[in-house]
Amino acid sequence: MTSIPRNSSGKQLGLVIDLDTCVGCHACAVNCKEWNTGGHSAPLPDHEPFGAGTFGVWFNRVHTFECGEGEDSRTVHFPRSCLHCEEPACVEVCPTGASYKREEDGIVLVNEDLCIGCKLCSWACPYGAREYDYDSGVMKKCTLCIDRIYNENLDEEDRVPACVSTCPASARHFGDLGDPDSDVSKLVAERGGYALMPELGYKPVNKYLPPRPRRSTDSPGPKALPPVKSSNGQEAGMFRWLDSLLSR
Amino acid sequence: MHPAYSVILFTTFSGAGYGLLIMLALFSITGAVPPDRWFGFVSFGLAFLMISFGLIASTYHLGHPERAWRAFSQWKSSWLSREGVLAVATFVPGLLFAFGWIVMGNVQTGWRLMAGITLVLSLMTVFCTAMIYASLRPIRAWFNPHTVRVYLTISLWTGSLWFSLLTHLFDRHTPWIGVAFIIAGLLAFYCKRKYWMYIDRHPDWVTPETATGLGDLGKVRLLDAPNTQENYVQQEMGFKIARKHAEKLRRWAFMCFFLIPWLGAAFTVEADSWLKIPVAIISVIIMMGGVMIERWLFFAEAKHTTMLYYGAENS
Repeated sequence: MTSIPRNSSGKQLGLVIDLDTCVGCHACAVNCKEWNTGGHSAPLPDHEPFGAGTFGVWFNRVHTFECGEGEDSRTVHFPRSCLHCEEPACVEVCPTGASYKREEDGIVLVNEDLCIGCKLCSWACPYGAREYDYDSGVMKKCTLCIDRIYNENLDEEDRVPACVSTCPASARHFGDLGDPDSDVSKLVAERGGYALMPELGYKPVNKYLPPRPRRSTDSPGPKALPPVKSSNGQEAGMFRWLDSLLSR
Repeated sequence: MHPAYSVILFTTFSGAGYGLLIMLALFSITGAVPPDRWFGFVSFGLAFLMISFGLIASTYHLGHPERAWRAFSQWKSSWLSREGVLAVATFVPGLLFAFGWIVMGNVQTGWRLMAGITLVLSLMTVFCTAMIYASLRPIRAWFNPHTVRVYLTISLWTGSLWFSLLTHLFDRHTPWIGVAFIIAGLLAFYCKRKYWMYIDRHPDWVTPETATGLGDLGKVRLLDAPNTQENYVQQEMGFKIARKHAEKLRRWAFMCFFLIPWLGAAFTVEADSWLKIPVAIISVIIMMGGVMIERWLFFAEAKHTTMLYYGAENS
């Protein structure tokens, strides 16, 4: 049913992404692709993977933005994936009931056996989270690694989404954002975490932590190095001899 | 937004088909056109043909057209599903109305009720088609009240011009048909003009600053895209060709979907000459071409918020 469950448990699993510590290494995107091409929505096909016109399905992509002007500008790496919205328009527009939001944990999924591949859900998503698989003719999206987080064959510490487990900077956190006392909710409260495009009203569950302010604006930064002594073509010692030898 | 030809054909032809059904119902209920058998046969045939062609065309962009029947299930939440349900539901009173007209030669009492239901369901179907687009918040060019007005008035306009042509062919034309399409044409033009003015007036709805939430740091610009080749989202939502030529294409659309056919059809109302049928035919052909340009622009001019993550400056 594509109507959004109203009497849900209040559990809203999701991600908190720290834009302050993300180093833009794309490891989360790569590990996501690696896990999910064999996971719940497998495969994630690539066309022309080694040639011109590479075209593939990815659930997680890292954008890099430049913010501000001149000396005050800074580079912010910005991983973007499904935000598992509380009011997912992608689910509401689905004509077949293939797109759904799970009542028990708020994860937004696609039932590939029902999907007719009309692509309307990808139009309804303002964040560009859904990518169409032309090979199987169905829409695919981030599953929040549903096949990892409940997987009892994995060690307890590995039961997190692939992007979270691989992040070398610990910039990604996974947990229940519906519970105000969870670690992720506390982190959001402490760091002023925010939702993307809240004005559209989809209430994204995933939150972003803003880059921290610069420690001090009056710190002089690294000192300029002394200029390299110019020899004006007059080398000394052995080099002078070599120079004259080679100049003959 | 990438303009898929299947969807352009669908909205153009289904819209015209439902518009023609609406005109048949309207003029049969008011008794302005008597239920002539051959006229009815060709007119209903054409209306159902255009509707079916549109609906079948719309399944061509599906990944799994064989599962299209599943789209009837989610009418509680999805405008696309509602559109599918109503499109099919309209066939029931529509075919009964046609049966009364063609076979029984009767458009009174119960048959007249069928005409009324056909009229209402046809309007609702076109409304739902428009709402598929008008309900998508990420696309400002669609998420506004003008979208529904444009779809409804263009459906009435195209339907009335087809109706005018058919009545000429069967010598059933009355001046009231001229009045109908002259008003419908003006309404369609007025609504489309308002639509274009609206989308030109609201250039900055969402910006990269709000899309990323990084506006506090200053102006936000894309430095590195996540991928070097265009991905699905960029191909589907990032169509740019039309925006470059929007002014020229809008002029063409205006000339072809409205001005030329409107003047041509107006000429046929009182004309006695042998010219009126060729002019009516040419007017309808130019109008259908014009509506397809208009629909193509409707997609191609629309910007999607997701492109803000790929370097677009506004949406």
